[in-house]
Amino acid sequence: MTVDLEMAEIAKVFFQESREGLDVMESGLLSLGATADSENINTIFRAAHSIKGGSATFGFAEVAGFTHGVETLLDEMRNGVRPVTAEAIQTLLQACDCLREMITATEAEQPLDQVRIASLNGDIKHILGEATEAPAPVSAPAPAEANRAADIGGASEPSGWRVRFEPVADLLRLRNEPTRMFAELRRLGPMVAHADASRLPPLDALDPESCYLSWNIDITGQIPRGKLDEIFDWVDSGCRLEFTPNGGSAPAAPGAKASAPPQAAAIDAWSAETKAVSPTEAKTAAPADADRGAPAGAPMQKASGDSGSIRVATEKVDNIINLVGELLITQSMLSSFADGIDPNDLDRLRQGLSQLARNTRELQESVMQIRMLPISFAFNRFPRIVHDLSRKLAKKVELKLSGEGTELDKTVLEKISDPLVHLVRNALDHGLEIPERRVAAGKHETGTLELAAFHEGGNIIIEVRDDGAGLNKAKILQKARERALVAPDQELTDEQIDNLIFMPGFSTAEQISDVSGRGVGMDVVRRNINDLGGHVQISSREGLGSTIRIRLPLTLAILDGQLVRVGKEIYVISLLAIVETIQVARERVNTLVGRTEVFRLRDEYLPVVKLCDQFGIEPDSRSAEDGLLVVLEADGKRVGVLVDDLLAQQQVVIKSLESNFKSVAGIAGATILGDGTVALIIDAPGLISSAAKQGVGAVAARAA
Amino acid sequence: MSTAKPTSGADKAAAESSEQYLTFMLAGEEYGVDILRVQEIKGWDKVTRIPHTPDYVLGVINLRGAVVPILDLRRRFGLETIAFGPTTVVIVVRVMSGRDERTVGVVVDAVSEVYNVDAADTKPPPDVCGTVDTVFVKALVTIEEKMLILLDIDRLIGNSIADELVPGAAVA
Repeated sequence: MTVDLEMAEIAKVFFQESREGLDVMESGLLSLGATADSENINTIFRAAHSIKGGSATFGFAEVAGFTHGVETLLDEMRNGVRPVTAEAIQTLLQACDCLREMITATEAEQPLDQVRIASLNGDIKHILGEATEAPAPVSAPAPAEANRAADIGGASEPSGWRVRFEPVADLLRLRNEPTRMFAELRRLGPMVAHADASRLPPLDALDPESCYLSWNIDITGQIPRGKLDEIFDWVDSGCRLEFTPNGGSAPAAPGAKASAPPQAAAIDAWSAETKAVSPTEAKTAAPADADRGAPAGAPMQKASGDSGSIRVATEKVDNIINLVGELLITQSMLSSFADGIDPNDLDRLRQGLSQLARNTRELQESVMQIRMLPISFAFNRFPRIVHDLSRKLAKKVELKLSGEGTELDKTVLEKISDPLVHLVRNALDHGLEIPERRVAAGKHETGTLELAAFHEGGNIIIEVRDDGAGLNKAKILQKARERALVAPDQELTDEQIDNLIFMPGFSTAEQISDVSGRGVGMDVVRRNINDLGGHVQISSREGLGSTIRIRLPLTLAILDGQLVRVGKEIYVISLLAIVETIQVARERVNTLVGRTEVFRLRDEYLPVVKLCDQFGIEPDSRSAEDGLLVVLEADGKRVGVLVDDLLAQQQVVIKSLESNFKSVAGIAGATILGDGTVALIIDAPGLISSAAKQGVGAVAARAA
Repeated sequence: MSTAKPTSGADKAAAESSEQYLTFMLAGEEYGVDILRVQEIKGWDKVTRIPHTPDYVLGVINLRGAVVPILDLRRRFGLETIAFGPTTVVIVVRVMSGRDERTVGVVVDAVSEVYNVDAADTKPPPDVCGTVDTVFVKALVTIEEKMLILLDIDRLIGNSIADELVPGAAVA
């Protein structure tokens, strides 16, 4: 299905809005399980309706057709004709998934998964079929209902249709154009439309923007009812529509009064240019009576779902961020300039500069805010995941979310979603026990899974807590020894044991399920989080549950850095990675196998990494006691990095090396200093892991 | 050999048959690069060295907020290095590397001229075995009795950046 270029842009918005609509439907459906409150059903219905209308407008007939079934079911629920059952909710949830796939496929112009669509359609029809048969006497079945029943019953298609179309007065204001619908109808077969002007008010009471006409349309041909529905889809909420099959075997619907048109204008298959009856003219000619009483339930759905946010292209925002970064650089350039001049004249300059500094910082903060999104964007998918998974695993779980409003950078948010899903799945699969076992352990049969987000000292913390069985430390340690991840005689603290689960290739699941347990997972989670400059830790108490704590920087664009000097070169180290900086006494440094130097810090031996050797720099001095040792920590490992001097601490704007060059081992990126020169940012985790590898090399060298 | 040929659009007929080249000097030879790829020419300035890179990668500079790598073409071609003098310039070019466009500066001895080169006048480089350099040569052309070496900068710089991944593919 191709859309012409002009429409493509609008279609893009439709796809995006549809996805949002589906999210609304999904969250609505999930909360529907507890209480069937009508406002909620209305919200779901409106979302479905918008998707149906939109897809019909863009000619995505399959999406529209499928949504129609969903909408019908929802409509019946809304009217109380159809009870809200768990089965129906499950079917509707699946329909949401299916629709999401259909929309993705349509957007990518890929073929749709017809089998799945058909099977779900069958499910929905099945539920509907029960409904239309069972509560027959509830109300006189609406003609549409009767026709649908006929449809489902597989009645032969009629040889033609008579359509009675009575639009609301607002039709034109809602940007619907009857002539266009007629043109669509004409494509289906020869048709004749009779305009009914009986509603026309006298000229002095006529509102030229209202539509007073209604039409009786006769169309011939073997036309499925669905085709007609498609055409009238967009307007059906505000209009009276009756479809009567002509000459078919289906029973005529009651109430289709074919009132004789007093001022009939036969439009003969629209062969000629039928300007005469074009409603645009009709409405100017016709006198009006303004308030016909806007029909209740007039289509106002389009305006719903606006959360007061704007969509900004990320590129534009990034551009502003770059510019503001520049501003920061200018400011620091100016302030370093002011340091060297006579202070008497410079009071005012200094004052101005400090103001500039404050303004710049504020501007930067507010610009960064544009990129910040509440973490609820990531949290919102969890009710569904937990719902599905707990069904599958036959566990009872209560999901608690807190701190959904906590904001973090869009990029961080996008990249943290998948690791979070993984952690939640793990907690459900391995952490929480089945109800019987929980009761046996003296706990409530419903387990609790908590997702919490909050700020802490310039970082964001996300915690995934469960009150399940906790980690089995003995088993983990045994497994780690089997896989030689831990030396047989090595003693580990409880915390160290828990964090072994983040080692590559580690899984203690007794059997591999499709939920988790393949041993690729926790290490990937940790790597993803590290890539974001974050840190993950688990703490667990056997029988009481586990808590996974993720610490992330608020943004990837700016970093609190410590400038260090080695020889003539300046590097930046993230303050987050620095534990402490110390001056080294000679007797604390030992050499291992004549190669690796280690340093004793309290009761721990830290390998010493010499930046001058790592990066091939000519340093002031190669011996540890002349320089400073910066203790870095990542992934629970520590190293001491030897530098010649510590310089200023400052916020730096992170620039990518890769955009014009490529990634370099040991370097996380670059930044621009106050004097306009480039300084490289040290990749602390990378440096530590390469130091660890060299340590292994040294041990191997000793063995050889 | 050549990749995408950008057309100026202003003088389409001329652009189809002839292209403008900016030429520069390097160890007595004159080389040309497609002028549409040249972003600017700037004087040599201090760079920030990057560890773990081949010697012809001199480092990175700050070009109005962008971090741009600087390559030394003499070292890249394995020529004898000289001290940078007053004529030494950095030609900042845009190259395609894979699907990404990169901005890269190359240090050359001096800039020379801008020539209109007729595509019909160009000759393929001689297929001399052993000198891997010819991989980066798009064509040769004679102008005013001088030989001009037209470079395929996409290949030259794309290869230079990816060098570490394919050791041995480049010049010794």
